Amino acid sequence: MADNKLFHIQVVSPDRVFYEDDIEMLEVCTTEGEIGVLAGHIPLTSIVAPGVVRFIQSGETKEAALHDGFIEILPDKVVILAESCEWPDEIDIHRAREAKTRAERRLKGADGEINEARAELALRKALLRLQLGNKKVK
Amino acid sequence: MASMREIKRRKESIQNTSQITAAMKVVSTAKLQKAKGRVEASKPYFHYMHDAVTSILAKSDNVDHPYLQSNNSKKIAVIVVSSNRGLAGGYNNNVVKLLTQGDMEKEDVFVYAVGRKGRDSLKRNGYEIKADFSEVMNEPLFSDAVDIGRAVLEAYAKGEIGKIYIAYTVFKNTITQIPTLTQLLPVAVEVGEKKADDLVLMNYEPNAEEALDKIIPKYVNSMIYGALCEALASENGARMQAMDSASNNAEEMIADLSLKYNRARQASITQELTEIVAGASAIE
Repeated sequence: MADNKLFHIQVVSPDRVFYEDDIEMLEVCTTEGEIGVLAGHIPLTSIVAPGVVRFIQSGETKEAALHDGFIEILPDKVVILAESCEWPDEIDIHRAREAKTRAERRLKGADGEINEARAELALRKALLRLQLGNKKVK
Repeated sequence: MASMREIKRRKESIQNTSQITAAMKVVSTAKLQKAKGRVEASKPYFHYMHDAVTSILAKSDNVDHPYLQSNNSKKIAVIVVSSNRGLAGGYNNNVVKLLTQGDMEKEDVFVYAVGRKGRDSLKRNGYEIKADFSEVMNEPLFSDAVDIGRAVLEAYAKGEIGKIYIAYTVFKNTITQIPTLTQLLPVAVEVGEKKADDLVLMNYEPNAEEALDKIIPKYVNSMIYGALCEALASENGARMQAMDSASNNAEEMIADLSLKYNRARQASITQELTEIVAGASAIE
């Protein structure tokens, strides 16, 4: 198999087309764990879990925070429909820190199952934002 | 003929009104530009979302899932997207008419209202308002759509409702807006056009049922968000048009009244002259 085989990727969120390019490899978090996608992947539909998404193109890696959505891998292209997606420099660390504290507080005093699940999701998003956002500062 | 003073007062009041309508037109034009940009920016997402969902459903013919079949409840949830403010011509009325003149039984409909005007007039018509999200309409965010989506999906999952519709106004262009009633759940798939790539076998992770379980709510949310964006653009488009024609009408009336005023003035001058001449001739 030839290296540097490219495939087309589109990351679309409700307010914009987040990213669209031909890349070599994609790394994304799904509910079943992290997966890497190369050209010629089998068709697959999966649910995205909050995590870092990496676009690897001619040796360079671009990272972004992908919070929610699903990924559809088709023979000719990959589409990620994201409910929210951010580049590291768009992340507001201050807000993320607040959100983290809020979510942790809510988890401690959780009064219902649904709330707990949502707070946990919020916490994971906040942690992800902090992780990527802090990397940018260093 | 009305007195000069009366005509003048009327003319002034119309002039004031036309100033207001002209200002409102400018405001809604600016808002329309913003809303239009939003519709444009969100279009790719809905395009792909719709494509993805229809292709997933086309490839998974025999998936048995509650979101794809109507449950036994006869009740129908309708999300009605109207505006919070009036003076938008027939905009709100047209959306309400979708329900009042549609073929749904009034008793079976639960209204999830977005927009005060639609809510109030449906309430007057005797519909049951289940929930009200009117404050959303000022600046619809995706998270608002998620909230609305969660409310209807919970009711659907509990079996309280059997179908979910959304009534909103499609923004075709600045002068054409089309009120539409669309079915959200159970998902209506257009069967028939099976393209070549539909034949690719799709794999699901974790599995088809669970994937659909997650994807369909996202689809519903995105449809709601799209409807909100389009409705906002339509509202401002409709208001712009209404205000434009109001300004035109005011102009016409002012021209008409100016003519009448001048005639009345001329008449009074003529009368005064006649009186003077008559008086002078009486003295001689």
